[in-house]
Amino acid sequence: MGKKIVVRIMVLLFLSAMMLTVSCAKKSVETDPSAGIENQGSQDGLSAEEIARQKALEEERLREEAMRKAIAAERERFENQDIYFDFDSSELVPDARMLLKEKADFLTRNSGLTVTIEGHCDDRGTTEYNLALGERRAMSAKRYLQDLGIAEFRLNTISYGEERPVVQGNDESAWSRNRRAHFVIR
Amino acid sequence: MILMTQNSGVKLMAALNSRKCFLLCGLLIVVVFFPAVAVTQHAYININNPLIRKIPVAIPFFKAFTGHEDEVGLGKNAVDIMSSALDFTGYLEVMDRGSFIENPAQKGITGSEINYKNWTVIGSELLITGGIMEQNGAVRLELRLFDPFKETLLIGKVYTGHKADIKSMVYRFCAEISLLLTGKLGVFGSRIAFVSTVSGNKEIFVCDFDGGNISRITNFNNITMSPAWSSDGNFLAFTSYAKGNPDLYIRDLRSNKNVVFSKKGLNITPAWLPGQFALAATLSFSGDQDIYLLTGSGEVKRQLTKEMGIDVSPAFSPDGTKFAFVSKRSGTPQIYIGDSGSGSSSRLTFKGSYNTSPAWSPDGDKIAYVGVVKNSINIYVIGANGGEPTQLTSGQGDNEDPSWSPDGNLIAFSSTRQGASRIFVMTSTGSDQRLLFTFGGAQTDPAWSSAYGNK
Repeated sequence: MGKKIVVRIMVLLFLSAMMLTVSCAKKSVETDPSAGIENQGSQDGLSAEEIARQKALEEERLREEAMRKAIAAERERFENQDIYFDFDSSELVPDARMLLKEKADFLTRNSGLTVTIEGHCDDRGTTEYNLALGERRAMSAKRYLQDLGIAEFRLNTISYGEERPVVQGNDESAWSRNRRAHFVIR
Repeated sequence: MILMTQNSGVKLMAALNSRKCFLLCGLLIVVVFFPAVAVTQHAYININNPLIRKIPVAIPFFKAFTGHEDEVGLGKNAVDIMSSALDFTGYLEVMDRGSFIENPAQKGITGSEINYKNWTVIGSELLITGGIMEQNGAVRLELRLFDPFKETLLIGKVYTGHKADIKSMVYRFCAEISLLLTGKLGVFGSRIAFVSTVSGNKEIFVCDFDGGNISRITNFNNITMSPAWSSDGNFLAFTSYAKGNPDLYIRDLRSNKNVVFSKKGLNITPAWLPGQFALAATLSFSGDQDIYLLTGSGEVKRQLTKEMGIDVSPAFSPDGTKFAFVSKRSGTPQIYIGDSGSGSSSRLTFKGSYNTSPAWSPDGDKIAYVGVVKNSINIYVIGANGGEPTQLTSGQGDNEDPSWSPDGNLIAFSSTRQGASRIFVMTSTGSDQRLLFTFGGAQTDPAWSSAYGNK
């Protein structure tokens, strides 16, 4: 007996659920496609001002995202654009000075950032001497950034000598890319 | 010839039967039998002669006195250690046993039992005989060096100790031979520290002078380099980036404890002041890379170089009054000699535009260094007072990091002649260049410890 009642209730519930679904489907079909956004909006209970505000917000979000992307790209460029040196030299060549000006500009606009400048060497010559040479390269870059107005406390240096080459190889194309100062935002 | 009887040897062994006692005294008991003819400390060989002719030495198998299996095995072990150690010197040529006419292991190892003619006829200018007795791990090793042409015993010794000490017994006898032939104790028992990337990072390892017995010293998983031995062999100084910055580490090898010296900037290129618990190193906390003198416990004593520009890689003269170093003060890296007291300095190298890594010879008269000419990196030697440099390596890869053996007879260095960098050894005149050992990764920065017997 009890079982029969349960089955009946379940069937009833199922049927009413079916009817609800059908009525919903019908309602959406009935919606007037020409009603437009305003209509729909008013249906959702939003005023025209509110919509305009949301639009503005969305535009602002897009602008911010674009800016974030631009900053990220700039940041990436700041970190990934190494400055290069001549063999056994820690003097800044004109290209290096140009890049450093760009980096100083970035650091001025992003005054909260501190940076580690890594000095690196190619693997010709001696590991020990290259530790010192790498440090002088990092210090050359640091001094130049200081001259361009970046506070000293924002600029750290470390030398890796010839311990961390960016390119393996035993020719000038590899060597010239390894004689570098690399910038890491901390 | 005065010989020790077997009886007295047995008594000695009984006295030393306790291993505990042996460890406590920590010494090998050496009995010397005096050669019949008093031998002056005459140097047979001038190891600085570039035209050195290797002296043929015969080392027949050692006699096993009781003849049991362990004893025979130990005797074989001892004769092998001796043969490779003497071969390593570069001035002895260990003869092929196939040419030997008599067998002292059976016939007898004493002067009266040897027929010298049997050795002179095959061209053996030196003869070493040995006898071994082993009982419950206690060993008695009898070793003799003869000059078959003069028919004389040159050195005779008995070593008693535990069988685990056979290697050091043999090395002590080799040191005696070296002292007699060259006037110096030689390399036997000395060790070589080096840097290897076998684990993926540069770490410091140590091996025996002949490349055997490699053991790992550091485990920082970072860049670790520039090992330097204190004169007593108890301390290794080195540079490691373990804490991010190139810091100076002073490791007590007995306790494995480190003193870390970390100032802003570089703390690199340590070199111990001979015979003292003090070392020089390059520091750059002032903004300029200068050489300073530090105590072994890591306090700055004083500044040794003051000129602007790179000053690195100090290497003291054997008496510590002077130090060679690399400076860029003239525009290119060159070797300079500084006065440890006054701080005055003068330029040593003038040829070439890149000369680095000076190593002062134990005799005090020469400085080995690295020169780069047209991208080829080689090892040179120059007089400590200047003069014409001599090129020791050429046409075979990059050759760097020269380090003198404690007797000044050999120079260890790193070379890329076989691809990855490996440690090689050559004589001080550049002859006999050979690979010291094979090991995973790249090996660089060999540093030879002081002589056996100095400890």
